[in-house]
Amino acid sequence: MRTDAMLTAYKTIVTREIRRFMRIWPQTLLPPAVTMTLYFIIFGNLIGSRIGVMGGFDYMAFIVPGLIMMSVITSSYANVVSSFFSMKFQRSIEELLVSPVPNWVILAGYVTGGMSRGLGIGLIVTLLSLGFTQLSIHHLPMVILTVFLTSALFSLGGFINAMLATKFDDISIVPTFVLTPLTYLGGVFYSIDLLPGFWQGVSMINPILYMVNAFRYGILGVSDVNPYVALGMILLFIAILSAISLRMLARGKGIRH
Amino acid sequence: MTNALEIEGLVKTYGDGFQALKGIDLHVAEGDFFALLGPNGAGKSTTLGIVCSLVNKSAGKVRVFGSDIDTHLSDAKLNLGVVPQEFNFNQFEKVFDIVTTQAGYYGIPLKKASESAEKYLRQLGLWDKRNTPAMMLSGGMKRRLMIARALVHEPKLLILDEPTAGVDIELRRSMWTFLEEMNRQGTTIILTTHYLEEAEALCRNIAIIDHGKILRHTSKRALLQQLSSETFVLDTAEPLEEAPVLEGFFSHMDDEGALVVDVEKGQSLNGMFVQLEEQGVRVVSMRTKANRLEELFIRMVEDNNPRNTTQGETA
Repeated sequence: MRTDAMLTAYKTIVTREIRRFMRIWPQTLLPPAVTMTLYFIIFGNLIGSRIGVMGGFDYMAFIVPGLIMMSVITSSYANVVSSFFSMKFQRSIEELLVSPVPNWVILAGYVTGGMSRGLGIGLIVTLLSLGFTQLSIHHLPMVILTVFLTSALFSLGGFINAMLATKFDDISIVPTFVLTPLTYLGGVFYSIDLLPGFWQGVSMINPILYMVNAFRYGILGVSDVNPYVALGMILLFIAILSAISLRMLARGKGIRH
Repeated sequence: MTNALEIEGLVKTYGDGFQALKGIDLHVAEGDFFALLGPNGAGKSTTLGIVCSLVNKSAGKVRVFGSDIDTHLSDAKLNLGVVPQEFNFNQFEKVFDIVTTQAGYYGIPLKKASESAEKYLRQLGLWDKRNTPAMMLSGGMKRRLMIARALVHEPKLLILDEPTAGVDIELRRSMWTFLEEMNRQGTTIILTTHYLEEAEALCRNIAIIDHGKILRHTSKRALLQQLSSETFVLDTAEPLEEAPVLEGFFSHMDDEGALVVDVEKGQSLNGMFVQLEEQGVRVVSMRTKANRLEELFIRMVEDNNPRNTTQGETA
């Protein structure tokens, strides 16, 4: 396939993905906006005023970066897993399989689609947060790099989940039993300095902790971990998940007999 | 002339050990209208699935217009348009979006894709439905949508797996006319169908497959010449309660009350008419029954089915 044709195919996949989540915006864009507003009101305003200072900032300012990251992670993942699995379920994935689009273009298209929703939600939540606190950017490149790479990483995670899933239950298990606990325990609502030594150690094996803290460093300038180590980890995971995804596509795992 | 499709020694063994294809060879010439026939589970869809990259083959070679799917898959796919048996589009998407998106997968820019989509949606009578979500279409419209989608990148080889399944007779005839016109314009067409009347009406060459093996691969004419008898349907002036006994002929009544008579090849029809005259049966019209291929097909498949032999022996 020629390069310009591959670019057209890539744009087609991304356009279709964006069209899909925009068409069902009450399911895709509205819920995280409502949920995050509730978090801001309850945890930030009502409870946060009693908690006081966390990591050198008032509680609302402390949790905003974590909540933005949480919404980016869950939306990126949810977009790819539900879109790709429903294509498998409806067999419309065959439209792609019979076409000459290379596997890496298919993967890039889906990941970009997931990132579009994840980053779009991130932007909506950021704008909402401005109604509750003032945000100043400490390190803009770190903010942009962290949020883009994290969104790409969880889009890849959603893709692998969708490839492996054989029924609708399979696409909700990971978000419910893995992603949500890891996010809540990933330093969104607290600094790990508050934890006893053992649990601090346990927290350090949670990859989401690094992403949340790298992003918080970019906005507030404080972090429980080295943000550059966090970026390196995200890049490493992206490389590993990309390789797994491409291998699955080449073998037709779950999509070809 | 290049063959549109060449298959050599194609084998497919599924994960559970079931061998769906046992080394089939097939070739379809460019410009042909070709039918791949066989009973359920014979291996038709598996064969076409491999050609279209929806099924992984276990062994063998497949070439589409000379492009080997192992080494030049992208070139092979560019020449292929596929209409599957099951509806396989996003039911929530609009008709126009489904067709233009498919064109995009082939690298066709949106402007050109939109022109091509309009051309085929108009030809297939779906232009008025272009902004309708696919789930709102009738079954026949959905089938036509899949044909428009398969043609949007102007493939040289169109593969249709049961294209008229569940479609009413009027629509089926209009789809036949459309496909015949596509074929006249140079598109090679391969179809599988359960309606053998369809294959008999449309196709020039036929392969019959059963239990993963090709039983016959020849022209329709050669195949039909194998028939030793022809079946005539006679409409009578007065309705008959039962078929008259005709010496030298086998006769029976069909479901619609018409008299059906089998005539051996070379046998004169005069004898039949004399006997009917003697029995006071007045024939007002007569036609050949157009399911000759079906008879031949059933005979071949039964001959190939070992269960039938066993049943015959034990009986």
